[in-house]
Amino acid sequence: MLSRSTGLVLCLAALVGCALLSVAVGARSVPLSTVLEALWSSDGSYDALVVAQQRVPRTVLGVLVGAALGLAGALMQSLTRNPLADPGLLGVNSGAAAAVVSAIAFLGLTGPLEYVWFAFGGAAVAALVVYGLGSSGRAAGPVRLALAGTAISAVLVAYTYAVQLADDKALDQFRFWIVGGLAGRDMDVLVRVAPFLVVGILVALFLARPLNVIALGDETGRALGANLGRVRLTAAAAITLLCGAATAAAGPFSFIGLTVPHIARSLVGADQRWVLPYSALLAPCLLLGADVVGRVVLPPSELEAGLVTAFLGAPVFIALVRGRKVAQL
Amino acid sequence: MTALGSVRLLDGRVSFRLHARSVWVCGAILVVTLGALVTALVVGDYHVPLGDAVRAVFGESTRMAELFVARRRLPRALTAVLVGIALGVAGAVFQSLTRNPLGSPDIVGFGQGASTGAVVVLLLFGGGATQTALGAFAGGLVSAAAVYLLALKGGAHGYRLVLVGIGVSAMLIAFNNYLVTRAELTDARAATVWIVGSLYERRWPEAVLMAVALLVLVPVVLALSRALSVLDIGDEGATALGVRVEPTRLVLIVAAVGLTAVATACAGPVAFVALVAPQVARRLTGSPGPGLVPAGLLGGALLLISDLVAQRLTSPGELPVGVVTGAVGGVYLAWLLYREWRSGRG
Repeated sequence: MLSRSTGLVLCLAALVGCALLSVAVGARSVPLSTVLEALWSSDGSYDALVVAQQRVPRTVLGVLVGAALGLAGALMQSLTRNPLADPGLLGVNSGAAAAVVSAIAFLGLTGPLEYVWFAFGGAAVAALVVYGLGSSGRAAGPVRLALAGTAISAVLVAYTYAVQLADDKALDQFRFWIVGGLAGRDMDVLVRVAPFLVVGILVALFLARPLNVIALGDETGRALGANLGRVRLTAAAAITLLCGAATAAAGPFSFIGLTVPHIARSLVGADQRWVLPYSALLAPCLLLGADVVGRVVLPPSELEAGLVTAFLGAPVFIALVRGRKVAQL
Repeated sequence: MTALGSVRLLDGRVSFRLHARSVWVCGAILVVTLGALVTALVVGDYHVPLGDAVRAVFGESTRMAELFVARRRLPRALTAVLVGIALGVAGAVFQSLTRNPLGSPDIVGFGQGASTGAVVVLLLFGGGATQTALGAFAGGLVSAAAVYLLALKGGAHGYRLVLVGIGVSAMLIAFNNYLVTRAELTDARAATVWIVGSLYERRWPEAVLMAVALLVLVPVVLALSRALSVLDIGDEGATALGVRVEPTRLVLIVAAVGLTAVATACAGPVAFVALVAPQVARRLTGSPGPGLVPAGLLGGALLLISDLVAQRLTSPGELPVGVVTGAVGGVYLAWLLYREWRSGRG
């Protein structure tokens, strides 16, 4: 049996491996030596340009978005103590989707770069409404957040469908956005969302200890000196930052946030000080791995990472769930 | 919360406790449903006077009234109510079984599997309405069975069932999205309408099918409703109280999935009825326990009213009913939650 810290180093190594693959593999075959050279200095060739301007930003974005989704999922499940809670439960995904479909239908926007601020804004507003509804009267508890999220998401999803069905152009663009993918995301997208993702990741990692305390139950947590309201509010803010920025950059990947924390818990138990770092490393492995497979599996076209993630990740997830005693929340 | 007393049937083998507020609430929902039903017969692109509409229901009326009311509006409205009842009851069963307010038949991958079945028939084989319904029925049942069997390992433990359901659903959603993104735009649109859930052009065959399914399955669920509330205290406790946990759970799941399957074949996987109806019903009646009857009645009312709105809102042309159930159900649930939480209850 490996110790948990050895496992963490292995996860990190796997992530580095996936990142290298993501830089090296693509529709255009570039020799490995050229790839490695292009990482340090550009010789001005087309191959070097492809690597430096497309694959590197796409890979960095994949790492950040993956880590963000994994952490957001772990925070969400710990906050709501609900295994069905994906990071979108705060209304983040449905808020982003509603804003993106509006931007396409009413403002005529066409590309991922143009959607970014709309998606992020929609996600933030939806999360605020859900959290506000959940904390009306007194502090937002786990069940309340789940119910409030369900109600608000129902309305937003309905709106999103109505707009799509009324406007064929919106349907045509939106059906690709909703799948989720990293294709065509370049440096401009990365620069816009990276600050939010990095801040969110740091805040999330600092929440491990307080989340452990409140996992003992409200009374015990309070007795141990945890400020429940503040921990929950900080966690909700971190989820909104992480999931909102990730969704804005790459579309809604609900599967990663939903399943990776379960996988992490099955490996290391329920201690958030381990669950959070494991989730943050395993999730980008899944995302980058899926992205690489998607690039080569159906040449000459690409299969979106959102689809590959589910096709590859779900069987692994089911096997894990069947094979082990899953650590409950 | 005063109990009205208990009702005993079949020499006391079946007995119910009646809860005064639940009875009032159910009565009120029935009145609302009846009002909506009459409205559904009268209102439309062709207005039929109330008298003609009622006579058409009972046989003799003008030719136009018969065409619009007896052959189109009445079966469609009945289908709406019956589909809503089926989804409401199924949702209440799943939320109670999983002890999870997010529980719905979709946690065993039902809605996603039905969508996959329908989308495959629509997009790959270009099938018509009947074939699509059959595809959905088969797809939903196969995925529900697959989830149950995959989770079965010394008993389908609730938690493992939920997790396996997440995995299978994710694969099915990805597959559906794959087909929709690769399809022609018009086909993608048709598939989206189906996935949202629609009652467009639903006639007597659907209404009759739904009625038969309810007559067979709802009594099964109601007969087990006591056992369902006992399961709420946990497997060990329920066993101690004499409930055979695993068979009871299996029968309840099969019945609830059966209700969802027929409803989905008739109207598509109408969003949020199964999720929202039990929650709203529970808040209206204020009674503990699964509350199957109020959840079912509320589902029926929600779907019928939503379908009326869906038909009239963008007339001519209509929205699929799933858009309205999501919006109406979501807003109403949010309002109920807000009121409850503001006043410090719950």
